[in-house]
Amino acid sequence: MADTNFDVIIIGGGPGGYVTAIRAAQLGLKACVVEKKHLGGICLNWGCIPTKALLRSAEVYHYMTHAGAYGLSADNVSFDLAKVVERSRGVSKQLNGGVSHLLKKNKVTVIDATAKLDGPGKVDVVDKDGKALPSLTAKHVIIATGARPRALPGLEPDGKLVWTYFEAMVPTTMPKSLLVIGSGAIGIEFASFFRTMGAEVTVVEVMSQILPVEDAEISQFAHKQFEKQGIKIITDAKVTKLDKAADSVTATIEDAKGKPQQLTVDRVISAVGVVGNIEDVGLETTKVKTDRGCIVIDDYGRTAEPGVYAIGDVAGPPMLAHKAEHEGVICIETIAGLPSHPMDKNQIPGCTYCHPQIASVGMTEARAKEAGHEVKVGRFPFLGNGKAIALGEPDGMVKTIFDAKTGQLLGAHMIGAEVTELIQGYVVAMGLETTEEELMHTVFPHPTLSEMMHESVLDAYGRAIHF
Amino acid sequence: MPIKVLMPALSPTMTEGTLAKWLVKEGDSIDSGDVIAEIETDKATMEVEAVDAGTIGKILVADGTEGVAVNTLIALVLEDGEDTSALDAAATATPAPVPTTEPAPESASSPASAVASTPAATSKTATGDRVFASPLARRMASQGGIDVAAISGSGPKGRIVKRDVEEALARGTAVAVPVPAAIQSATISAPAAPAFASDDPMLVYLPEFEALPNSSMRKVIASRLTASARDIPHFNLTADIEIDALLALRKELNGREGADYKISVNDFVIKGVALALKRNPDCNVAFTDDAILRFKCIDVSMAVAIEGGLITPIIKDAGSKGLATISEEAKSLAAKARDGKLQPEEYQGGTFTISNLGMFGVKSFNSIINPPQGGILSVGAGEARPVVRDGALAVATVMSLTLAVDHRCIDGASAAAFMKELRAILEAPIQLML
Repeated sequence: MADTNFDVIIIGGGPGGYVTAIRAAQLGLKACVVEKKHLGGICLNWGCIPTKALLRSAEVYHYMTHAGAYGLSADNVSFDLAKVVERSRGVSKQLNGGVSHLLKKNKVTVIDATAKLDGPGKVDVVDKDGKALPSLTAKHVIIATGARPRALPGLEPDGKLVWTYFEAMVPTTMPKSLLVIGSGAIGIEFASFFRTMGAEVTVVEVMSQILPVEDAEISQFAHKQFEKQGIKIITDAKVTKLDKAADSVTATIEDAKGKPQQLTVDRVISAVGVVGNIEDVGLETTKVKTDRGCIVIDDYGRTAEPGVYAIGDVAGPPMLAHKAEHEGVICIETIAGLPSHPMDKNQIPGCTYCHPQIASVGMTEARAKEAGHEVKVGRFPFLGNGKAIALGEPDGMVKTIFDAKTGQLLGAHMIGAEVTELIQGYVVAMGLETTEEELMHTVFPHPTLSEMMHESVLDAYGRAIHF
Repeated sequence: MPIKVLMPALSPTMTEGTLAKWLVKEGDSIDSGDVIAEIETDKATMEVEAVDAGTIGKILVADGTEGVAVNTLIALVLEDGEDTSALDAAATATPAPVPTTEPAPESASSPASAVASTPAATSKTATGDRVFASPLARRMASQGGIDVAAISGSGPKGRIVKRDVEEALARGTAVAVPVPAAIQSATISAPAAPAFASDDPMLVYLPEFEALPNSSMRKVIASRLTASARDIPHFNLTADIEIDALLALRKELNGREGADYKISVNDFVIKGVALALKRNPDCNVAFTDDAILRFKCIDVSMAVAIEGGLITPIIKDAGSKGLATISEEAKSLAAKARDGKLQPEEYQGGTFTISNLGMFGVKSFNSIINPPQGGILSVGAGEARPVVRDGALAVATVMSLTLAVDHRCIDGASAAAFMKELRAILEAPIQLML
C-alpha cells in the first residue's frame, strides 16, 4: 500500500502548490501534492501560459498584416484558428509534463484526486472515478486550491454564448463580434487577442478607467491605443441583462446615470474577476476563517487552525501566480523553521500582455499621494528611445514615482513593447531599497528599451537627456 | 571566510564586559536568532544572539573571562561548507581589538534581543569595517540624524533596511551622527532630534517636552523597583539615634597622629549595620517561594547616585572589616561608580542595602527594597534636636534611621530587634572597635 503519512500535504498543484512542494522537498520534508485536474493549475493550463501562446500568434499575425511597415510584403495573410488553438494547447501540455517531471525528480508524491480536510492533519481523497482512496495524514496541510471565474447574477456564463476564460481559450470559430465584461488583465488580454484576429470588440468596465489597478495615466494611454486599434470601450457602465438568441446575445448596458443601451454580439466573455475555491475543501472541519471568499492567513500563510495553511489565490489578492509561488515558499520555509520575512505586497509586479504591454510595481501616483508622500514623478516616452523606433514601436511610456524626501522608489508603471520583460529591473531596485541616486548611477546598455527606465528616473529629477 | 562574532557593546557606557557563559560549544550548529552567550554588564546579564546560521568553529574567549573589550573577536562561526581550516586564517586576519576608551557609539537602549553578534549590526565605523545597509536606509538615517552603524539590521545577513531605520527613529534611541572633523562646517545643519513617538493618550495634553531616551540602567531601575514596590510587602520602622558619642569617637579617630584615613558617619553606619545583622541573622535574609535564604556573610550594598541613575556597590563581608578598611573601600567604590568603572561583581549581589541622603539635609525617608534583598536602611541627617533626658529637655545630635523590610521574610519583632541593636551600637560606638 502506498505511503499515506507525510510531513506536508499540499492541496492543489497549481503554481503555488507545486513550487511549495519542490521547496519542501529541497528542505528535506516528505511532501505530497493532491491535484484534481492538471498539474500547473489554471496558470499553466487555462491562464497565464496558453493565453501568452494565443497572444504570440496574434502578434505574429499583426506583424504579417503590417509587413509593409518593415519593408516586407506578405500577401494573402490568413490564419487557421484551430491550429492557433492547437499550438496554445500544445504549449500547456508540454509544460504540464515538465511540472510532473520536476515533482518526480524531487520525490514529491503526486496523487490525482480531489482532497478534503477531515479536521486538521487528516485529508480524505477521492479519485477521478469517485472512489475513496486511503486517507492521508500530515502535520502540516497547505491549501492551494486557487480560484475560479466569478459569475455575476443574471450574467452567468453558459459555456456556449457567454464564455469564461475556459471557453475563450479554445474557440472553434472566430466570433465576428464580442463583448468583454470587465477590463482587468484577463478581459483586456482577450479583447486584444480577438481584436487583432479581426473581431469587433466592445469592453464594458464598471469603474471609471480600464485596467482599474493601474496608474491612471497608463490606463488613459492604453485606452487611447485600444481605441486606435478599433476596440470600443465603455467605462462607468455595467451590463445588466443578457438576452440570448440562437447564435447571438443582446446585452443591455447601463451607464452611470442608469441610461440603457442595447448591443448585439456573437459572443460574450465574462471577465469580472475570480473567487477563491474555498468550498468542498473541508474547511468546516477546522477553525480556518474565511473573509469575502478567501481564507484568512497571517504573513506566513498560517490560518486560524494550527497545522493548516493557505497560499495563493485562495488566500486572497493579488491573485497572481508569482504571488502564490512566493507565498508558498515563505509558508514552507516557516514550517521548516527557517527565518523568513513576510512578503511586501507592494513589491509584487503585475503584467498585462495586451498590445501595447503593461507592467507595473508599487504605488500608483494617486495612491502615493493618498499615502501622504510628496512625490517626484518621471516620465519618458518610447518616442525618445532609439531601440523603440528601430523596432517600429514608438507608442509607450515609462513612469516612475519617487518619494521627494527620501528618494525611495515608490512605484514604476510602463506601457509599450516588451515592458513585461523590463519591469523586473525596478522590482529588484525596490527590493534592495535603492534610491534615485543608485538608479542614476547604473549603466543601462545601449541600444535597449531599458534605457527608458534610466531616462524616466532622470526625468523625475529634471535631468532626462533624450527628451 | 568564517563569520566573526565580536564582543558587543550592550550599553552606552560599556567599554568591556564579562563573558559570563557560552551557551554553545565548538561544533554546535546555530541558527540565526539562537542565544549563543551571556554577557554581564551594567547591572544586567544580557544575551547575545546569532545573526547568521552556521557552525561554531572556534570559541576564542572562555567562559567567565572578565574585562573583555568591546569589539574583541570572541568566536568564529563557520558557514555552510566551510571546514576548520578556514579558522586559522580568519583568526590571524583579525585586527587587534581596539581598546575603547570612549563609550562606543551604540544605541543607548538596544533591547537585548536586538543585540547582534556580527560587524554588520554594531558600529564599526571606528575600525573601518563595512556597515551593510540599503541606500534608502542610509539616506533615511542621515535625514533622521541617526548613525546607521548604531542600528541593528534585520535584513538578509544582518543588512540594515528601511524598517530598521523606521523602528530606530520611532524608538528615538539611536545616537546622533558624529560629524567627521573634515567636513564639519557651518553649512551642515544640526541633526534633527530623534523623533519621540507615543500614542499614549495621557501624553497628549502635556506641554512641550524633551524626550530623554531611557538608558538600559534606567530600564533596569524602572523594572526592578516597580516589581519590588508591587510585589514586596514593605513595612517601615523608624528610630532616632543620638550620635554625639559617635561623632566624638569619629573626631578622635580622624584626629590621631598619622591617620591615613578619614572615617565618615556613613562608615560607622555600615559597620554598625554589619554588626547588628551579625547579631540578628534573621534580618540578613532573602525571600524565595521555597525557602528563606539566610546569608552566611554580610555584604552591605551602598546606594551611590551616578550620572543618569544609581548603582549599589558592595562592601563585602563588612562584618569582619575594620572601620578604616570599610572607609577606604566605600570611597574607592563610590569613585569607581561615578566613573562607570565598576566591575559586575562589585555591584552584583549584596545582602542588605544602606541609602544615605543625610548630606542633603533630609530628616528621614523610606526606601524601596533592592530585591532580592530583605531590607534597606534609609539614613537621614544628623542634627541638633531637643531630647528629653531624665525628665528634662536637653540638646543632642540626633539621626533618624528608617528600616524598610520584606514582611515575607522578616517579621516586625525581628526588624525591631535589629533596630534596637543598631541603635545600641551606634549610641555606644566604642564596641565597633572590638
